[in-house]
Amino acid sequence: MIRVELPPHLRALAHVEKEVQVEVVGPVTQRSVLDAIEARYPMLQGTIRDHVTQQRRPFLRFFVCGEDWTHHSPDAPMPDAVANGSEPILIVGAIAGG
Amino acid sequence: MSGVRVLVGTHKGAFILSSDGKRDEWEVSGPLFTGWEVYHMKGSPVDPNRIFVSQSSGWFGQVIQRSDDGGKTWTQPGTPPGEPTTGPGGMPKGESNKFVYDSSAETGKPLTTHQWYDGSQHPWEFKRVWHIEPSHSDPNTVFAGVEDAALFRSTDGGTSWRELPGLRGHGTGPKWQPGAGGMCLHTVLIDPANPNRIFIAISAAGAFRTDDGGKTWKPINKGLYSKYLPDPTAEVGHCVHRIALHRSRPNTLFMQKHWDVMRSDDAGDTWHEVSGNLPSDFGFVIDVHAHEPETIFVVPIKSDGEHFPPEGKLRVYRSRTGGNEWEALTKGLPQRDCYVNVLRDAMAVDSLEKCGIYFGTTGGQVYASSDAGDSWSPIVRDLPAVLSVEVQTLS
Repeated sequence: MIRVELPPHLRALAHVEKEVQVEVVGPVTQRSVLDAIEARYPMLQGTIRDHVTQQRRPFLRFFVCGEDWTHHSPDAPMPDAVANGSEPILIVGAIAGG
Repeated sequence: MSGVRVLVGTHKGAFILSSDGKRDEWEVSGPLFTGWEVYHMKGSPVDPNRIFVSQSSGWFGQVIQRSDDGGKTWTQPGTPPGEPTTGPGGMPKGESNKFVYDSSAETGKPLTTHQWYDGSQHPWEFKRVWHIEPSHSDPNTVFAGVEDAALFRSTDGGTSWRELPGLRGHGTGPKWQPGAGGMCLHTVLIDPANPNRIFIAISAAGAFRTDDGGKTWKPINKGLYSKYLPDPTAEVGHCVHRIALHRSRPNTLFMQKHWDVMRSDDAGDTWHEVSGNLPSDFGFVIDVHAHEPETIFVVPIKSDGEHFPPEGKLRVYRSRTGGNEWEALTKGLPQRDCYVNVLRDAMAVDSLEKCGIYFGTTGGQVYASSDAGDSWSPIVRDLPAVLSVEVQTLS
């Protein structure tokens, strides 16, 4: 299972606790993980990436194993630690605004 | 026993203020949707327990919420918690926040472009829902005015949304341009006597009308004068801030423009100025008394560069003559050191026998008058900045 930590506002929308777990078939990438999250929690469609363009929302960041993966290719394979569930993916709202 | 429910959208969530028909004592519930911007919330005239909310965020985009029990519980219409998250065929049901602009049938490319701040052409990009207008006859039909300016309609209670593309497609779209707050469709008025006639307003494009249920639209800006335009009397480009009408006289419209308070008696075909003796004819809100179609209210703001009341005095101005002659209503409102703004969707009236009027400020106060504006008192003083105020009169 892939572990994903959501920012507080998205937890409230999805009615979940801090961390969610989703199953990904095939390579574990940003795209496949987000596909799995949106399938499991359709109320999050459009909140992490645009409905149509699938572009990440500008004020969101993806942190993986202590690294900023925000600008990695959405199809780049994620580290084994994410794939085997020992490390979560952090989806973080940028510090901006009030 | 009659009562009122005041629906308040703020910069950091929503609040519901409830009272009986006397409007002396208020119960405040909230915040709802904490931390999100609630640009607007409005109840269905057909089923007052059905309330729609526009919840948005610079981080997470747009969400539509709906309550069917008067605001006690809420769901995103396409994705109620606890129900299967996929529909027939396994397709996800997360449609309630999906606002996708129509493409041209001929080219498959995005329908038209608009003018950008630097004068170049820019594609339409969805930002948020500014205004929600439920149908007067069908609780499942609701309109959404959005930024970048377009009108969407849902006929399934907010579950899915489709654009009414005739508005952007009628030809003047490339001349529309964003105001300081973005290019927003902020006013949607359905003619109470004719659901096929709808008025909308856009900053900064102007007012438009459809007479065929949204298939075709025409600009209705004749008589407006905007000195910030190269052609001050242009067909489109005017920064209309708000339009209001009285349900008994849907051909008479009142407008608060960027500057100027205007009036039309022919459903917007022509306008004339009724600013009269106002201390400033800049402002955002305008509304009409529930029982007196010639009694209207505005809140003058000093200027487009100084968004606060003239002289630091918060005054509602009332005209009982449909404009031109205005009186200041000050009792109970701060008359010194007041530098708040009252945004375009932040005034509403109830329809109790003695008409109540409500408005919210960017300072977080919601003021109420239960005597048509003669006297005011705050229901709450310290909310986040108020973006919108709507009132439901309950029987």
